[in-house]
Amino acid sequence: MKFGILVNEGPYQHQASDSAYLFCKAALEKGHEIHRVFFYHDGVNNSSRLTEPPQDDRNIVNRWSKLAEEHKLDLVVCVAAALRRGIQDENLAPGFRISGLGQLVETGIEADRTLTFGD
Amino acid sequence: MLHIINKSPQERNSLESCLRVAQDGGTLLLIEDAVYAATRGNAAAAKLREAQSRFKVCVLQADLEARGMADHLIDGVTTVDYGGFVDLAAQHKNCQSWL
Amino acid sequence: MEGIVKKFMFINRKAPYGTIYALESLEVVLISAAFDQDVSLAFVDDGVYQLKKGQQTKGIETKNFSPTYRALDGYDIEKLYVEQESLEARGLTEEDLLVDVTVLSRKEMGEMMEQQDVLLSF
Repeated sequence: MKFGILVNEGPYQHQASDSAYLFCKAALEKGHEIHRVFFYHDGVNNSSRLTEPPQDDRNIVNRWSKLAEEHKLDLVVCVAAALRRGIQDENLAPGFRISGLGQLVETGIEADRTLTFGD
Repeated sequence: MLHIINKSPQERNSLESCLRVAQDGGTLLLIEDAVYAATRGNAAAAKLREAQSRFKVCVLQADLEARGMADHLIDGVTTVDYGGFVDLAAQHKNCQSWL
Repeated sequence: MEGIVKKFMFINRKAPYGTIYALESLEVVLISAAFDQDVSLAFVDDGVYQLKKGQQTKGIETKNFSPTYRALDGYDIEKLYVEQESLEARGLTEEDLLVDVTVLSRKEMGEMMEQQDVLLSF
């Protein structure tokens, strides 16, 4: 089955990104496909490569990048929401790309199920 | 439908709102801070009983454990891991997060 | 993807201005119009405040995006559903809203949600 994922909150402040990540990982382990993870609202902050958590904490951004690399995930950051919050190509972590909101609607159409993780 | 709730019933009205509007049947999954709704002695216990009479009620085990509340889980609530969460999403025709 | 028409419902349960959710939700709604899908908007709980007439945002130096709800019609987005009890609980009636809506009972709203393929909440 193909899942589409929407992440509406930034890393650390809310559990949304953690929950979405653990859901994606479990889905992939079960042989499902993740059509796309779309980052919206403060969720765009999950893509900042300038993120540096303390060493004893999980690195939410790197974790997404790694999952994207291992499973060829499409991690899309909403351009309008990103520009509002100072996320641009130059501070984008590996595996993420900036694109339009149409990508979210497209995921809704193409995925079998679309799940929202937010506040 | 799979209804996903992620807020404590003492903080937000998402559980209440879901119970007010949602059609009977399907599953209600409590994740993140919503797991407190499924714990003994919580003031929202009546709401949870109502939920159990109308939906299958599940709680994400990892969130329950993280909060030290696994020993307070109300009888009749099914615990699931993230794989179980994925199964629930796949089994239901559609899903809604009550944000 | 071509030819697939899904039922999309955008669910608004948050008031405007206090957080950005209402505004950014509206931005997705506008984009969705280009995809020829069966789009509807649901306003439940504090989400009904998004449609209150007479919003004046000059004093908070924030853009007043409420006129956009009236423009949705021009994008062929005509299904705006407001849940009756949410209005009542906030001392509002249909007269207080800035756009034509369909007021649904909670039961009708629940049925409407059940019929959707994609439910996006912000």
